[in-house]
Amino acid sequence: MSIRLHVNGTAHEVRSPPDTPLLYVLRDELGLGGPKFGCGLAQCGACTVTVGGKATRSCVTPVSAVAPNDVVTVEGLGTEDHPGALQQAFIAEQAAQCGYCIPGMIMGASALLRETPHPTDAQIRSALNGNLCRCGTHLRILRAVKRAAGERA
Amino acid sequence: MTAPARIDRRTFVTGVGVLVVGFGAAACAPSPAVQPKPHGASEANPLGPVTYPQVDSWLALDAQGNVTITFGKVELGTGVETAIAQLVADELAVPIARVHVVQGDTALTPNQGYTAGSQTLTSGSIPVRKAAAEARSILIALGAQHFGVPAGRLTTRAGAVAVNGSPARTVSYAALLHGRRFERTIQAHPPMRPAKDYEYIGKPIARVDIPGKVTGPFPYVHNLRLPGMLHARVVLPPGPGATLSAYDAASLADLPEKVRVVRKGDILAVVATSEWNAVRAAQQLAVTWKPGPELPVYADLWDTVRKTPGADRVLIESGDVDGTIKSAARSLTARYEWPFQSHGSIGPSCAVADVRAHWAEIWSATQGVFPLRGAIAELLGFAPKVVRVRYAEGSGCYGHNGADDAAAFAAVISQAVHAPVRVQYMRGDETAHDPKGPAMVHEYRGALAPDGSIAAWDAHVWTPTHSGRPDGKAANTLPGILRGAAAAAVTFVGGDRDAPNNYAIPAQRVTITDQKTAVLRQSALRGLGGTQNTFANESFVDELAHLAAADPFAFRLRHLRDARARAVLEALRADYRRGRGVAFVRYENTQALVAAVADVSVDRRSGAIRVNQLWIAHDCGLIVNPDGLRNQIEGNAIQAASRALKEEVRFDPQRVTSVDWASYPILRFGEIPDVMIRTIDRPQERILGAGEATTTVIAPAIANAVFAQTGARLRRVPFTSDAVLRALSGDAKKT
Repeated sequence: MSIRLHVNGTAHEVRSPPDTPLLYVLRDELGLGGPKFGCGLAQCGACTVTVGGKATRSCVTPVSAVAPNDVVTVEGLGTEDHPGALQQAFIAEQAAQCGYCIPGMIMGASALLRETPHPTDAQIRSALNGNLCRCGTHLRILRAVKRAAGERA
Repeated sequence: MTAPARIDRRTFVTGVGVLVVGFGAAACAPSPAVQPKPHGASEANPLGPVTYPQVDSWLALDAQGNVTITFGKVELGTGVETAIAQLVADELAVPIARVHVVQGDTALTPNQGYTAGSQTLTSGSIPVRKAAAEARSILIALGAQHFGVPAGRLTTRAGAVAVNGSPARTVSYAALLHGRRFERTIQAHPPMRPAKDYEYIGKPIARVDIPGKVTGPFPYVHNLRLPGMLHARVVLPPGPGATLSAYDAASLADLPEKVRVVRKGDILAVVATSEWNAVRAAQQLAVTWKPGPELPVYADLWDTVRKTPGADRVLIESGDVDGTIKSAARSLTARYEWPFQSHGSIGPSCAVADVRAHWAEIWSATQGVFPLRGAIAELLGFAPKVVRVRYAEGSGCYGHNGADDAAAFAAVISQAVHAPVRVQYMRGDETAHDPKGPAMVHEYRGALAPDGSIAAWDAHVWTPTHSGRPDGKAANTLPGILRGAAAAAVTFVGGDRDAPNNYAIPAQRVTITDQKTAVLRQSALRGLGGTQNTFANESFVDELAHLAAADPFAFRLRHLRDARARAVLEALRADYRRGRGVAFVRYENTQALVAAVADVSVDRRSGAIRVNQLWIAHDCGLIVNPDGLRNQIEGNAIQAASRALKEEVRFDPQRVTSVDWASYPILRFGEIPDVMIRTIDRPQERILGAGEATTTVIAPAIANAVFAQTGARLRRVPFTSDAVLRALSGDAKKT
């Protein structure tokens, strides 16, 4: 029995078994490189996507638990040629080094801004507290999220 | 030298359909001309630098005016790809958008050793920059022929040669060269453009890699997919020295596909068409291991390090150290300790290998494609010339993480299953098995002169080498170790980094005990021994300042003669005050100069430290990209604060117990300090690296701040709440 999944606005019939974590469906079946494997334990946030607008750790979420909600990955926010508002803000602030954690950060921020369009520093820090960055770009990420919210840091 | 043509012509796509490296430009691909002249080993080039004297080894200009740089170093997420493009665009006088950088590829690029030691811009950029300058002088000569005017009447701008004062008389580089090679040896001192003509150097040029990284399609090695590629996971032994007794393939019977098990010596891996099935198989494969020798009790780690045999090497000796200390009215001893630490890459290491009967192609986030190639060739039983290793960026590594091991595993497994194989470590593989930044012990003695200055300084450092890098040897990779490859000779690298301090002290001795063994497998982690040694040096100078009842900031200045050293401290004078901590380093005693001031809050009941603010002053000579530099300084400061406050790889007698982010916590958003940066640009000075230097001053600045606030001296990293409570209650003062 296949599962019908909406990802970035497009419907897909998923072939993977229903207990497969969403992350592997997105990466290996749908070919999306934005969400990353970091820990497989919901400890780091590199795999974060939004499901029905809420930040979700795709590494521990079975694909069967997701339907029929819309899944959005960082690819759903824009492209290199036409980046979305959050992505533009990350580019403007040069908020990346290796960048491996950044798609997860952006999706966590996307969920935050949906609920709280003008977050304070403390609200951003709290929302992204479960997203780990090893390069130490946190302060740039904070500035990028504030920029996207229309408040120049 | 060059791999078989059929390998060169292969292309591949990522999961999102992006062509990673196009060989459409193969007609103009630069050609590495091998003329090795080894002299002077370093961390970046353990076998000494290899020179490529031809312009064509480094850059090519095609008939459309596009410039391809073949750079033997690699982008590790620090922005050097952009910085190299800036340097070349200015030396060659071409628009930066025309410059494309091909990185580490054993079939295409010169062998520039490892991308390490903050040497990429300092030394790695020099031949590329000179090649660009040489190329520009060739193009000016061609322009002189073209217009029939002396070269002195010509200028270069935006990829074209023009006659001074005659704007209409302009000819493009492409029209002058017609896609030919330059065929010229680079002079020792080709004419470089003056700084006033720079269009890109010194400007905050946006990084070329960031748009792809924030939108998804960036070609990380993790995103590579080859036709027919299988997914593998390794099953690693529980602890060092454990050997494989048996496994039971029947334990995988309930999986939805028939998963293959590969065993080579103590190498054990599972291979599946579906990545998730490979993950499940690795988790549920029933394996019996024979334990290796027991690890020490964790609390005894530093005594074990202190007692590990080694050879003493005196790095510095001046004056009568023992006599001065013996006769001094005021003297001090202290011992400092640093734990094993992990690179903590957010993305566990990954590699893709396609090993055929007579050749192999490997994609890896390695810091050195050439040294890795030799190691993999040995594992495969191939000649190095038929193995091509190509760099593909990974998660930030900050040194020698699991990237090389993952590549070596992928090669061995691909050879066994006769198919392209992608290996990704699981979280525990990376955290428990990456080569660790080593634990170290420092014992210091010092004495004051009657005038309160430092009269004598006696430092002793116990450390293994900080480089266990591949160096072309299978035994330096984890699969090589598991196959029982004969151990390679140890080269001592990095333990002595910054062991000598930068202060003017009449009597000094710095001794290092080079140890051949360590409790855990160790290698390069950001700053190498410079991180540990600067913690000890800058803590001890603070302790001597306290003994002298002197202000630590003024005390440092009193002992610094170098004007640039004094200038970085002076840059923080307004940020420093009583109750804050300060630290200084001249990295590697000759590289970037950095000072840090830390402001902390200490909860005396819980022992928790909060780092509120860090101020950094930084002088790395000519600044190529001011925003890229600030990004590096900020990142170093935050990562180093994490290492100082939280990080230690723990173990029990059988295994490493730091296996994930719960058992190896790092700093989180809620704990990130503000970082204020004061950069000092010195356009007339040579470029110094900025990838590591700031890391070294953070732990001592924090420890010194805690002392300034509370009187408790922290002499062991990490500064956990328990450690702070012990120090507050006085236990730590007994050392």
